[in-house]
Amino acid sequence: MSELRLMKGNEAIAEAAIRYGVDGYFGYPITPQSEVMETLMDLRPWESTGMVVLQAESEIASINMMYGGAGCGKKVMTSSSSPGISLMQEGLSYLAGAELPCVVVNVVRGGPGLGTIQPAQSDYAQAVNGGGHGDYNLIVLAPSSVQEMADFVELAFELAFKYRNPAMILSDGMIGQMMEKVELKPQKTRMSNEEIAEKYPWATTGKPSSRERNIITSVELDPYAFERFNNKVQAKYKQMHKEDVRFEQFQCEDAEYLLVAYGSSARICQKSVQLLREKGIKAGLLRPITLFPFPGVELEKLAGQVKGMLAVELSAGQLVRDVRLAVNGKVPVEHFGRMGGVIHSPEEVVEALEKNFLKG
Amino acid sequence: MAKVRGAIVVDTVTCKGCSLCVESCPTDVIRLAAEVNAKGYNYAYMENPEACIGCANCAMVCPDSCITVYKVKVAEAV
Amino acid sequence: MALEVKDIIKPENLVYAKTKLLTERMLHYCPGCTHGVVNKLIAEVIDELNIQEDTIGVTPVGCSVLLYNYIEIDWHEAAHGRAPAVGTGIKRLRPEKYVFTYQGDGDLAAIGTAETIHACNRGENMLMVFINNGIYGMTGGQMAPTTLEGMKASTCPFGRDVEHDGNPLNMTSIVATLPGTCYVTRQAAHTAPAVRKLKKALRKAFENQKDKKGTSFIEVVATCSSGWKMNPVQSNKWMEANMFPIYPLGDIKDV
Repeated sequence: MSELRLMKGNEAIAEAAIRYGVDGYFGYPITPQSEVMETLMDLRPWESTGMVVLQAESEIASINMMYGGAGCGKKVMTSSSSPGISLMQEGLSYLAGAELPCVVVNVVRGGPGLGTIQPAQSDYAQAVNGGGHGDYNLIVLAPSSVQEMADFVELAFELAFKYRNPAMILSDGMIGQMMEKVELKPQKTRMSNEEIAEKYPWATTGKPSSRERNIITSVELDPYAFERFNNKVQAKYKQMHKEDVRFEQFQCEDAEYLLVAYGSSARICQKSVQLLREKGIKAGLLRPITLFPFPGVELEKLAGQVKGMLAVELSAGQLVRDVRLAVNGKVPVEHFGRMGGVIHSPEEVVEALEKNFLKG
Repeated sequence: MAKVRGAIVVDTVTCKGCSLCVESCPTDVIRLAAEVNAKGYNYAYMENPEACIGCANCAMVCPDSCITVYKVKVAEAV
Repeated sequence: MALEVKDIIKPENLVYAKTKLLTERMLHYCPGCTHGVVNKLIAEVIDELNIQEDTIGVTPVGCSVLLYNYIEIDWHEAAHGRAPAVGTGIKRLRPEKYVFTYQGDGDLAAIGTAETIHACNRGENMLMVFINNGIYGMTGGQMAPTTLEGMKASTCPFGRDVEHDGNPLNMTSIVATLPGTCYVTRQAAHTAPAVRKLKKALRKAFENQKDKKGTSFIEVVATCSSGWKMNPVQSNKWMEANMFPIYPLGDIKDV
């Protein structure tokens, strides 16, 4: 049965993981997301669903434990925050290179360096561009509520397995720490080893005489074969752009000015749209839910309608690049952002829009 | 008293001529050939087949698993 | 009556042949490389224990990265040094499977030190095979954490100077001190008796998994003819004279 609860975003992730039937979680403590593993350890899912939860010695170990588990066809996930996610980039590149599904939650804090434990969106570029070495991308989902923190666990796994590609839930310290009402879905049964062997014939389930051996690897020394592999991976990304772009529009129908924002920034921008409309300025908001694949086609459409776009982000100008690429000069695209853990107010966004498009 | 006779068959295609079998043989049976295989390696062969006792030491130390070993017990001629 | 060789070479007289668990692929290793012997022994043990369907191997980065081409089991190729973490993930999610990792000295004792120690400390119920030849083979003979004092390598061309480069790291002795390890042994594969002993150790390590005893850790003191710039026979002699005093053979722990 589904259930209504008041919880933190980080707790919701943990609850949703158990209920969705995740097989394994491997993690390492880091603020502001430690509640994910704490909640899991408290709930002891190994006694109920059989889900494995293990605290690793580092984020490097976490992601590689996931690499092993994902190779077995299991649903594995981890969560961390910015500095920890940087440590996972090597493993993510291998997971993408070996075409394995998994889910990584990044509850972003401000950087660079050890930075701050306050919320930020400054890992956007890292997340949507792959983040590690090589030509690959992660599927990136951006929740803007605690409900979406819970719901996107399932969505991220569905997409990760559809494409055999790692997926990231790009959240931040605000969504991770805030409490909201959440509807939790009923408990699902974990997939059995027999079902996995049948459904994922590529997985390392132990070699029976009936099939060739399965090898999970990302190495290919023949350049022509490796180029073919890269082309295959790129084709998956094209398919994602066709089939799995997700976004939300807020008062865009008659909008003359468009705010583009995701995650916690989008929550604030809804209020900014209201304030702008009270002032007689027809503003709308497009909230990308998938940051990769990016809703560029939709933005291009809106570029024929609006007079200007303002990318609003808790970073120095990362999202704005994707918006500019999408509209390709059709309308002016400006940037407004706070950094270092500072969260903008709705009024600041109103001011920024007026300053960029309406004054002088 | 029964005497043991052995013999080995070397896969001359995969042999890399490392000579570890030569060293491991307690009865000095094996040598590297003057000829080479397609990879240019002087492969191993039985120089003194009569001395082979089929102990399989050569096969055991062979990194490329290219030695097969046979052994028979023969009654000593009186 | 002289017995002809052709009379001996008959199926009924067969005493040793390549195990069917080894594929037909020709090994990519240099002539005389210890990897080939250890790869073969692992295949033989898996075959003899009849656990082919239940074994998952984890390969490293280094010369044995392509080990998955040679044994007929499912494989997972790990990032450099991360095999123990990958093995942990597999074993935790498929505890009924036999899991083993296979790593060289650079992989296990340098870049993967944390993963090695923590997997052993958690007592992950798997086998870790550690090939120690004191050099980075694949990248062309650089200094390894296990390179001996005074031993030459391309990044210590005048010999390892402990004042400058630090001391050889004895990882096997370290992991033997950890409560998670159940069986820690140092073996070699340079002679037939050594090969027999090593095979016995490998068999025991796989059986330990069945009994859920914890981490079995087998170091194989090995040669690298190309890196050492000696032929395989000289390499074995050099190893006996120089490696064995620093890395002495034998069981260190067996509980």
